[in-house]
Parts: sequence; C-alpha cells; structure tokens
Amino acid sequence: MNLLYTDVEDSLRDSVRSLLADRCPAERVIAAYDGNDNLGRELWPRLANDLGLAGLLVPEDMGGQGASAREAAVVLEELGRFAAPVPFLSSAVIATSIAMRAQHVELVRQLVQGTTTAALAVPFSAGPATFGSDVLRTEEDVLRGSVSSVAGALDADVLLVPVPTEVGFEVHLVDASAVTMTPVVSLDMSRQLADIDFMDAPCEVLIDATDGAAAVRDALELGAALLASEQVGVAEWCLESTVAYLKERRQFGRIVGGFQAIKHRLADLWVEVESARAAARYAAATAAEGDPDRQVAVALAQAYCSGAAVHAAEECVQLHGGIGMTWEHPAHLYLKRAKADQIAFGAAEGHRATLAGLVDLPA
Amino acid sequence: MSDDEVADDLRRRVAELLKQHDPATTDRLEFLRARFDAGLAWVHYPEGLGGLGLPRAMQSVVDAELEKADAPDNEPRRIGIGLGMAAPTILAFGTDEQKKRFLRPLWTGEEVWCQLFSEPGAGSDLAALATRAMRDGDTWVVNGQKVWTSVAHKARWAILVARSDPDQPKHAGLTYFVCDMTDPGVDVWPLRQITGEAEFNEVFLTDVRIPDENRLGAVGDGWRVAMGTLMNERVAIGGGSAPRESGMIGVVADTWRKRPEVRTPGTHDRLMRLWVEAEVARLTGKRLQQKLASGEPGPEGSAMKLTFARLAQELSGLELELIGEDGLRYSDWTMTRPEIVEFTGRDAGYRYLRAKGNSIEGGTSEVLRNIIAERVLGLPPERRDDKDVPWKDLPR
Repeated sequence: MNLLYTDVEDSLRDSVRSLLADRCPAERVIAAYDGNDNLGRELWPRLANDLGLAGLLVPEDMGGQGASAREAAVVLEELGRFAAPVPFLSSAVIATSIAMRAQHVELVRQLVQGTTTAALAVPFSAGPATFGSDVLRTEEDVLRGSVSSVAGALDADVLLVPVPTEVGFEVHLVDASAVTMTPVVSLDMSRQLADIDFMDAPCEVLIDATDGAAAVRDALELGAALLASEQVGVAEWCLESTVAYLKERRQFGRIVGGFQAIKHRLADLWVEVESARAAARYAAATAAEGDPDRQVAVALAQAYCSGAAVHAAEECVQLHGGIGMTWEHPAHLYLKRAKADQIAFGAAEGHRATLAGLVDLPA
Repeated sequence: MSDDEVADDLRRRVAELLKQHDPATTDRLEFLRARFDAGLAWVHYPEGLGGLGLPRAMQSVVDAELEKADAPDNEPRRIGIGLGMAAPTILAFGTDEQKKRFLRPLWTGEEVWCQLFSEPGAGSDLAALATRAMRDGDTWVVNGQKVWTSVAHKARWAILVARSDPDQPKHAGLTYFVCDMTDPGVDVWPLRQITGEAEFNEVFLTDVRIPDENRLGAVGDGWRVAMGTLMNERVAIGGGSAPRESGMIGVVADTWRKRPEVRTPGTHDRLMRLWVEAEVARLTGKRLQQKLASGEPGPEGSAMKLTFARLAQELSGLELELIGEDGLRYSDWTMTRPEIVEFTGRDAGYRYLRAKGNSIEGGTSEVLRNIIAERVLGLPPERRDDKDVPWKDLPR
C-alpha cells in the first residue's frame, strides 16, 4: 500500500496551496473570531467550483472528479495548514458520501455544482461508534428535536438528519431554511458550529432504516479517517513556522534554535509529525481502497494524529514565546483548530477503546 | 518491465534455481552459493554480486517463493552486522576486487563480520577515536582498543575505522579498513553487560597488519565511509517492513492475551497507547522504506531508531510491571557469550535490561536528535571547538 504522495496528489496540493496562499491570509481567519469577515463565503466557491473540490469524491459519470479519499486527504492537509474556514470536510466529504450512498442523483448534482452545500446534523464530537440523535419524526411527517454543535451547518443549504426509529436510523433531508440555526461561539471559529432546532421541519427520507445507521457510521468513519490528514496539515504548519522563527530569533546573543534543549524538542516533534503523516496516509489509503483493515486504520490515525496536532500547536505557542500568546500571531488559530479537532469524531480514548476491540486486547 | 512482469520473471528464476539445486537434497551452503550466483540473494544488489539491480521491494517475491519451497536461508540474525553494515559499505566504497572477494561469503554466512568502531574514549564522539594505523609500505600497522563489538569472537572479518593522520583535524585523518580477525595481533575479550551476558567484546589490536588492498575508500576518507555505514545501521535497527505486532509490542500483547488476571484499567490504557505508537512507528518505517526504495538512507533513519528505542524501553518496562511477582525473578545471571542477539528473547527481565542499550548503541538518542535538528530541520549546529584543531593537539 503506497503511503507516499503520488504526482497527481502533489499537483492537486499545489493548486490548493497556491489558491489558499492568495486568498486565505491568517489575519482574515483571525478576523472571523470577531465575527466581521466573510472569508469562508468568498473562499468556498473558489475551492468548490474553480478547483472542483465540491465534487472531488463524486464519480466522473455523476459530474464529479472521480478522485479517492487519498486526494481528499491531501486537500485536507492544505486546509489544515491554512486553518481555512470552508465546509470541505462537512459537505464535500461527509454529506456528499451519504448523498451518493442514497443515490440521490439530483442532490449529488447540486453538491457537485456547488449550488448546494450540505451538512450531517450530528454534533462534531460524535464518532462512528458513538453517534446518536434526539430528533424525532412525528406522525405529521415533520421533524422535532434539536442537535447541538454541528460543524458545517452554518454554510449548509440542506441538512442530512439521522432520525432514530425502532429498528435503527433513517436519514432525512431537511431544508436549512426550515430550521432554527443558532451560531455557537466556538473554540475554533475557523470551523464555527451551530445548534439546530427542528420545530416541525418538513422532511424527506433520504435513506431508510435498513441502511441509515450504517450510512451515518461509514460517513463519520470516512470523516475521521480524513480529519487525520487535516491534523497532519495543522501539525506541519506549527512545526515549520516554529522552526523558521527559531532560526531567526536571537536571545542571549544566540539564535534560539541553536540551544540544544530547543533542538531536541523540535527533533522529537518532527518525528511525531512524520509518524502522524504515516498514520494519516494509511487511513486515507485504506479508505480509498475499501481495505478490510480500514477500521483499525481510522481508529489508529485518530488515536495518534489528534494528539500530535495538539502537541505541535502547544509547542508552537510555547516556543514562539511572548509573540505566540498574542491575538495577532496566527499560532492560536492552529491551537484552537487542533484542540477542537482532537474532540471531533470522538476523543482519542474512545478510538483506543475501539482499537482494543478490533485487535483483541480486551480491557 | 512492469512490477508484475518483474515479479513473474523473479518467480521463473527462483523455479529454475530450485530445479537445479533441490533444497531437499542439496547441501545448505551449496544452495546458498547457488542462490547468490543466481542473483537472488539481494535483488537490489548489482548483477554478479548476488543481485539483479532491481528495486529493493522486489526481494519479498523471492523470499516468499523460497519459503514456500522450504529452502534454507542465510540465518540473517546471525550475520546482521555483515548484512546490515559491512555489505552496503563494501558495495558503496569497495573496489571491484573487494566486492568479489567479500560479498558472497558474507551473504552466505560462511564469514561472519563484526564492527570495530567505538573506543573507550570515543563513543558518541566517534571521530575522536585513537586507534592508530601507520603505513608501512603496502601494509598498515594498527594499534588500539575497540569496545562494544558484538560477535567479535566469532568473526572472520571486521570493518575498522582507525586514525591514519593525527596531524589532521579529527574527521579528516581517518581511514576505513577491512580487518582480518584471525591476525595474531587481534585479542578479543568478553565484556559483561547489565544483563549478565557478554554479548559484546573488547578488542585489543597490537601491531595488526592490514594490507593496503583491504582499505575501503581513500586514505583520509574514513569518516565519510563510516557515516554511510551508520546510516545503514540505523535503518537496519529501526526500519524494515515487519508485520503488525512484531517486536516488543507483540511480546507484551501476547502476555496480555494469555494472562487475563494481570489486566487493570490503568495498564490497559498504557498498553493501548503503546500499541498505537508501535503500530504508527511500523507504518512510519514502511513509509520510510518506500521513500528509500531506490535511494540511499538519509538522516530520516535516525527518527526510526529514536522511536524504536523509546518504545522498546517503555514496553519492556510495562511488561515487568504487568506480570507483578514474576517480574521480580530473573532467568539466569550466568555469564554467557550469545551468538545471536535478540532484543525480544529470553525473559521479561532480560528484555527490560537489554532494551536500555537500544538508546545507546548505533548512536545515542541525544546524538540522533542533534542529527535530526541539524540535518533535517536545518537548525544551528552544536559548538564544535575541536573541529578544526589537529587531532594530536586535542585535550585528552
């Protein structure tokens, strides 16, 4: 199994990176925390349409790019490097995978064209093994209930809503204009969450109860697999920017990066980032190939990469010293993204528990 | 040729070898020599030297076919230094005659190799070594003391770094040799370690005569040659394409599965954290191997060794705690001289003690971190006040 980057993946990376370098400056991501920037709304159409990322995972005969999870992973590495506030993971990966599974040709077409953005209405912290829902379908065929802390919902035109039934879950399609959406003051404002209230929202069954639970689980598993690559991107930015800064910064008449205490920490961090990269590549490759080992690969990647990204971001703040603690320096964007990502799709302990079951190491 | 075609061709070659030399009826050594001559020893080596000039990864095709046929192997664990360190160095720096003379018996295991690098006064600072090589016509006369030399008492040959010019700064005055361990001036003494075993030796070299034709690389170029050897060693220790749960994690996981009574929530958490790290390290090694498939080992190999050492130590420590009262017992403190070093061998106490060497041998973890910081990340080098001073003038 190839754990490196292919030429195709590298060239996709180049185009995503050059677009983000032009259009996603850190100061505008920071401005999102004060609620006065439309960066995400400007950026997403460029990525979705100009680069075709909205339909990246959709087969060519359905109008998409026909790429695999490997390419999506590379896109997420770049989005992580820029802490870019776009709904690629929530819409183009998770929601789109459900729409394709439902074979809802019209919805897929709209998603590919970028005219519609979708989100799966579960808390961002819900993992493949732990998701649930309090949203119920009433006799009048409308949905009632609420879901909190949903990622990508503020960008979404439609919501995909898991609804429990006696035998499992249905997945319903709901127009975002039919619900009450309350933006959440989020730890990571570059991926702002929303609370959603369904008060008799009209709904349409997208996937019935025979496959709904599996569809949601698989979508969250794919999301978790690819989040690992975003975490690699975050960690990589933190390491690179810290190394670059410490090659310039002088104290005690010396380049700070020349102190052995600092060098050893950075060496260890480099090892950790490269290890995270191997784990994330393996998760992406197994997802792309539908490999039987993919559940292990996802749990492994999340158990490892989430901590690696947080560690890199924490080292980034600490080793930048005073400037790392300021609002003006972008380090905090990555700390907040990394910490939120660590909780996303379930925390590491849950992934380790999943692994323990999968590899026969019972508690 | 596509990979599949190459693999088919290799299978044909293996079938031919097996036809000509049926392992069931052929002498073991004869079979190994025939395998070498067929280019199936290490396919990434050049033709005529046991290989076919193919990508390293194709070796697995050959190995799988030979395993199916129950063919004898060259007992790689017994000749690890030869395979992992001497051979790549000879291949990279040796003359055609040296390659022809040394590689075949090295690979078949007829001739065991050891390494004469470290000295009592030159561990991490290898370039400060004091063993002298003085030229005398067509031979070199070597005097000095080496330590930490595994299998020296079994070895036919050694790779040796010695000081040929003390007037040069320390890195510049070194020369690399192949040393005949049967020379009467070579004296090998066991060096007992914290495990009770003498896995290593001290080697005293007194007027050992080495013909100039056994020099590897140019006079004064020994440091560069030695660095090539050490890069290969670090990849050999930390890299590889072992299956899941190989090495120390496999030992601890087995204990966990076989002994439900030792399980506690606290140890389970530690075990799973380490399982994750070990599996990620395995994937990282696999990724590194893919990167190196055709190229030379770079400083990245240092990362693998760093992780390997840390995990071996943490896991072997966990294992002792896990087994509780049994962890208070040790199998045997008797001094022995093992031929094969197995980090995961013997009992839990041995594994714990032996693992302490993993962060020292082949470059300490501290030196490896310096290497990563300086050569991968480009951070400023450590102060090296001794770098440009003639070696003979260094304080000692």
